[in-house]
Order: sequence, then C-alpha cells, then structure tokens
Amino acid sequence: MQAEAEFSKETFEGPQEMTEREFTAPRELTVEEGAVLRLAEGVVVDAGDIDVEISEDETMIINMGPQHPSTHGVLRLMMELQGETVLRTKPVIGYLHTGMEKTAEGLSYIQGSTNVTRMDYLSPLHNELVFSLATEALLGVEIPERATWIRMLMSELNRISSHLMWMATNGMDLGSTSMMIFGFRDREMILSFFEKVTGLRMNHNYIRPGGVAADLPDGWEDDVLAIAQTIPGRLDEYNDMLTGQPIFKERTEGVGILTQEQALALSATGPVLRSTGVAWDLRKSMPYLAYDQVDFDVVVGSVGDTFDRYAVRLAELRESVRIVTQILDKMPSGPYRVLDKKITPPPRKRIDESMEALIHHFKLFTEGIKVPPGEVYVAIESPRGELGCYMVSDGSSKPYRMHIRGPSFVNLQSLPVMMRGGLVADAVAIISSVDPVMGEVDR
Amino acid sequence: MGLEDLSHNFLTGNVENLVRWARRNSVWPATFGLACCAIEMMSAGAGDFDLARFGMEVFRASPRQADLMIVAGRVSQKMAPVLRQVYDQMMEPKWVISMGVCASTGGLFNNYAVVQGVDQIVPVDVYAPGCPPGPETLIHAILTLHEKIRTGAITRRKGEGLGIHLDPTGISGKENAAAGASMKMVGNK
Amino acid sequence: MIDDVIKNEAGNYFPTREQYDALVAELHKSGYEYCSDLCAVDYLQHFDRPLPAEVVAERFEVVVNLTSVKMRSRVRIRVQVPESDPTIPTLFYHYPGTEAMEREAYDLMGIVFPGHPDLTRILMPEEWEGHPLRKDYSAERVPVQFKHSPAIR
Ligand code: SF4
Repeated sequence: MQAEAEFSKETFEGPQEMTEREFTAPRELTVEEGAVLRLAEGVVVDAGDIDVEISEDETMIINMGPQHPSTHGVLRLMMELQGETVLRTKPVIGYLHTGMEKTAEGLSYIQGSTNVTRMDYLSPLHNELVFSLATEALLGVEIPERATWIRMLMSELNRISSHLMWMATNGMDLGSTSMMIFGFRDREMILSFFEKVTGLRMNHNYIRPGGVAADLPDGWEDDVLAIAQTIPGRLDEYNDMLTGQPIFKERTEGVGILTQEQALALSATGPVLRSTGVAWDLRKSMPYLAYDQVDFDVVVGSVGDTFDRYAVRLAELRESVRIVTQILDKMPSGPYRVLDKKITPPPRKRIDESMEALIHHFKLFTEGIKVPPGEVYVAIESPRGELGCYMVSDGSSKPYRMHIRGPSFVNLQSLPVMMRGGLVADAVAIISSVDPVMGEVDR
Repeated sequence: MGLEDLSHNFLTGNVENLVRWARRNSVWPATFGLACCAIEMMSAGAGDFDLARFGMEVFRASPRQADLMIVAGRVSQKMAPVLRQVYDQMMEPKWVISMGVCASTGGLFNNYAVVQGVDQIVPVDVYAPGCPPGPETLIHAILTLHEKIRTGAITRRKGEGLGIHLDPTGISGKENAAAGASMKMVGNK
Repeated sequence: MIDDVIKNEAGNYFPTREQYDALVAELHKSGYEYCSDLCAVDYLQHFDRPLPAEVVAERFEVVVNLTSVKMRSRVRIRVQVPESDPTIPTLFYHYPGTEAMEREAYDLMGIVFPGHPDLTRILMPEEWEGHPLRKDYSAERVPVQFKHSPAIR
C-alpha cells in the first residue's frame, strides 16, 4: 500500500493538475468554470449556468494521458465528469518540453533553423520560414525573388502534407481506418518530393536566413505538377468518404462549438478561428513572401463546431493546390539565396578556387552572421494558425532571446470551452479537431 | 530414438527455439510516440512501408498487451517517470527500441529539459540512429531485434521483475542439447 | 491615458507597471481584439540597451503583442520589470488567451502575475527548482531527476 502511494507520487504534478471540487472555493470555481474554461467574466459565462452546488460525490475526475491511444502526442487531459457530461477540463502539458528556446540562445543564426524545425514537426518548413524571416528582418536584407517563391512553394506543399496528416489522424480518432491509410498514402507523395529537394523527409533545415539551402532539382516542375494533379482527385475521395457520411456527421456536427467572441478572446487562430466565421488569414490580411501576388480564397465556417473545422481544412487543401499551380507558372529565375558573402556561404566551386572564398566560408561557419541589435516580432500563417517569432539580437552571432509563439500552444486553451457540457465520448473528436502538435505546444 | 519409425514428415527442435520463433513472429509494440519520430513510426505502420509484413502492425494502446516499447522521440524530465511507469507495466519478456538520436543520446538538445538518453531510465535493446530515422531505419531496427530474439541474445536483467526468462546459459545449446528444453524460472532472489 | 505612455519611433509602448493594465484595457477597447503573444526577456547582460530616454532599464522585460483583426495592425508593449520584485499585473481579465502564456513566462522566467487565476508551472515538473530561461541558469544538461520506481507490476 505504501509502495503504491510512493509510486503514484512519481507522476503526480501537484497544483498543475485539476483540483477537486471539494477544495475549490465557489468564487474560484466560477473563474474555473468560466476561466479554466479560460474566459473573462462577462464574455460568455452566464452565472446561472454554473452550478457551484454540485457535490463531490456526483462528479469524478478522470485522467487521460499523457500516454494514451488517441494520436495526438503526449497531451494529458483531466476532466471532471458528471455522468457522461464533461463539466471542467484542464490540459496538463509539458511532457515534451525540450528547452528549445534555451538551446536557440546557444546556436548561431546559421545553426538556428536546425533547432526550430523540430518544433512543429508536421510543418517544419514553416518554423524555418518564421525564423529566417525574423533574422532577415533584423538584418534588413531583401532576399531574391526566386528564393521567395521557392519558400512559398515549399510552405504551401508543407501545408498540404500537414493537413493530409490531420485528415489521417482525425480519421483514425473517429474510427475511420481507411481515411488514415489514405492520408498517409497521399502525404508520402509530398514527402518524397521533399526528400528529393532537401534530402530529408522531415526536419529539413532547408529554408535558412538569406534564402534556401539549395536550388530546386531539375525536373521539379513535373513532380509538383503530378502532386497538384493528383491531390484534388484524392480530396474528392475524402469528400465522398467522410463529408456526407451519416456516422461522421453525427459525430462531428454540433460537437465542440466555439463562438467568434470566445475564439478571439482566447487568442485562437488558424482553422479554429476561421471555422467560427472570422476571415483572418495572415497570408491574406498581412501578406508576407509573395502571397499578395497569388490568387486564393480564405475559407471560413459558420458554426464553429468540429465539422466546420474539418470542412475548413478540406477546403484549404484545395486552396493550397491552387496556389501551388500558380507558383508553377510564375516561378522566376535567378539566385536562390542572397549573394552577400557575409550572410550566405560562397558556392562550393568557388571555395576550391579562391582563398578568399575559403576564408569567408570558414568565418561564416565558425563565427556566424553578425546581426545588428534590435528586436522584432514576425508572424506567418502555419497550418495551425499564427506562428510568431519574437527575436532579440544583441549584435552578436547568436540570438539573445528567441521566443516562438506556437499556435497549438495557444489554441489548446480553447479545448476546455469546447468540451464543456459535451459528452466524454466526443472528447477525442474535439482534441483532434484542434490539431495540437505537442512538439510546438511544449517546445 | 524411434523417430525412424514415423512414416510422415516430422521436425524436431528445442522448446526454446520454438518459443523464440514464436516470440519473434508476434512482437506487439506499445504506442509510445513522443515527438517527430512518432510520425515516422506511424508512417512505417501505414500503407507505403507496411510493418504488417513482419507481424508488427498491432500497435497496442495498453502496455499490458505489448512486449515492445518503441521510444520514439525526445524524453523530457517530466515524461521520464511516466515512461518508466509504462515500462514497468509491460509483461516480461519485453524489449525496448530507442528510436532517433534524441531518445538514444539527447541528440541536438543538450539542455536542462531533455533526458540525455533513455537508457538512463530503461534498458534498451536496439538503438535506431537518425533524426528522424526513416521508416526503413526503423524496420531495420525491428529486424535486428527479431534477430536478437531468434538467436536468444536477450539481455537478462537481474533482479528486475518476476517473469519467466530463458536462462541464457541454456541457450548456447551445446551442453543442454541432450536435455532438450531448459526453461527456468528466474525470480527475484 | 494612451498619450501619457512613452512611445518610441517604432510605435512600441513603454508603460510603467502602474500604467500597464490601464493601457492594455484602453487598447483592447480601441479595437485590438486578441493578444498574439506574451513573453519575457531577461536582459541580464544588457542594461545598456537602447530605450527611450525616460525609461529606466530593468533586468526583465515583459513583451506583449496585440493584434487587431479590424485594423489589420499590431502593437507591441514592453514593460520593465525589476529583478527585486518581478511582478506585473495579469492580462487575464482583458485577454483570457494570455492565461497559458503568463503561466509559461512564470515557469521559465519567474515573472509573477498577481491576479492570475492559476499561476502554476506549465512546462516543467512541479517540483523543479529555478527558472530555466533566465540567463544565470546554466544551459548545460542536468542529471536525470528521476527517482527509482518501485516496480509495481
Ligand atoms: S531524433 Fe530528431 S526526429 Fe526524432 S524526436 Fe529527436 S529531433 Fe525529432
């Protein structure tokens, strides 16, 4: 018995966990109900809704995770249930905390994208992109046009692969194994293109400050065209399989509703925000790269339930394919990185010929890029929402502080609101619809 | 021996060979996806790479039903006790594959938050290198583990758990060939 | 009120800790619907960083980025927080979405947010000592803080 008590202490996280009703003061419970439901007073919570009187023996707290069968990493949820109904939910996170912000302070700007790419491992190129954009904003350099368009091509393809992965895992969570196999099959197509371009299937370290690591390989147009032509047909397949299917609809429609005000108050972004009807997409509203030169639509939902979030992502896949097709036509020629020897290494051939190039190469990789002092916040639209990078430079070759605003980290706060009053059986569907990537939540 | 009298096909073998053969062909992994590597682990299980060819596709959600833990990804200080608890809940015999450099050594993240190698908390049988190891690498690691199980090169963990182990001295086969099976109970001494 | 707050050329606000809450409330009213980001920076080695003349540099800085969907603009607020008293009012009641961000700043940087409904560690284990992102916290590895598990089966 004593051993058991000791044992459970091992994985106990103290006050980070949900407190039992008995030990929560009524006033605190209102905040809890409204605010672990994390909402400011007056925003949504109707005081009449909150039954502070529910006694301890009518409810129970169950614990899901951190290691649990749904496919969303090491997320731990504590839920207070009354029968089948969820009263309160509290996510306990940090099980994948990697200390990347600390590590980033020890790596130079050149090495930095190796580190950040491992945060959100479903959209590694977006992480590299935001890091590079922040560094370039501090450096004040303009990157060549071709590099911009290559970046755009890669990040749109990455958005497709990330959403496909979401389709797959969402299908698995809802019990549709064929969807999972389909999603992985189609994602594999994009990954093999990535492997051709960057040498790796994931965690590419391809987009670097000053441009990209290498030019696109010969024949890339054919590969991209093949992807752009195959995906829409596959999307029709998904559409047939899920959208109209009664079981799927039953499980998603009206489940986990979030209103516009709630979503904004909770700082939710990405498909979670758009599903509530707010047309907020940084690609459109605050264009970066060359997104103002391509034509695409921002997809919004109307109800803000799990089904809407699914529909938004499905439609976004089509929009991304549209963008990719336009990039194919518009890809300019020219250098793929800045031709400034202080920022990017000289070409391999020059190193063999010129002593000066060798010195520059050596200096760049030992000392790194000197970035002028300053601070900057750059944000892009990752598949999950606003991915921001706050970077402080003190003039040396390493960031003084790098902070990443992970969209899943922030979006996760809307989980308790969505869960509230729902059934415990819907919990997995709701978690999945937020699409949290734990690597980015915990960093 | 009397075997000559049998008129139909017949195979003879040691019991432990049979046991090893059976174990090798039905290793059930527990899902222990942590980070990026988990995605590659899932890809390995999906259509293109198809772990089912090796009888490995049954990813079990409950550690009680699994005998292989694939630690896929970086283990944080907060996760370490949880990982150990899951490991302790698995039934003997059990194996561990450490997938990716993070699980094997801490990899890129030599800092306060990451356990520098999962072998500090659980015994590891096979290390799969790479960041992330592609599905092919994982499959190779799994095949290596199969080979290890088949030849009986199982590391015995002394005093840990109460399960039935094959006594490694009995596995070499020479001195015990006549005796046939040599299954022993190894308990907590 | 907004006019009292020191502003630099880049449009960043530098309120004192007393002005901070009121400033954010005002910005919230004037159309900044959501809070993009809240983080803390430890300027241990850089007390001499460039700041508007009237601002006294302190060790910590809390940086808040607010975004307006209607106006499509962002605004940044930088507040100085001294080491001796690392407290700053919570934004929870204006922007509930800062809840997790403030917990993160508390966990990794040790900034305390009085009024926050649930100020506990969020990323590190509960009994962890120190705040890892501070500059005086070693970047090196720490030994596994894992106690022997009594192997219950
Ligand atoms: S080894 Fe690489 S891919 Fe695997 S978890 Fe670590 S960083 Fe991610």
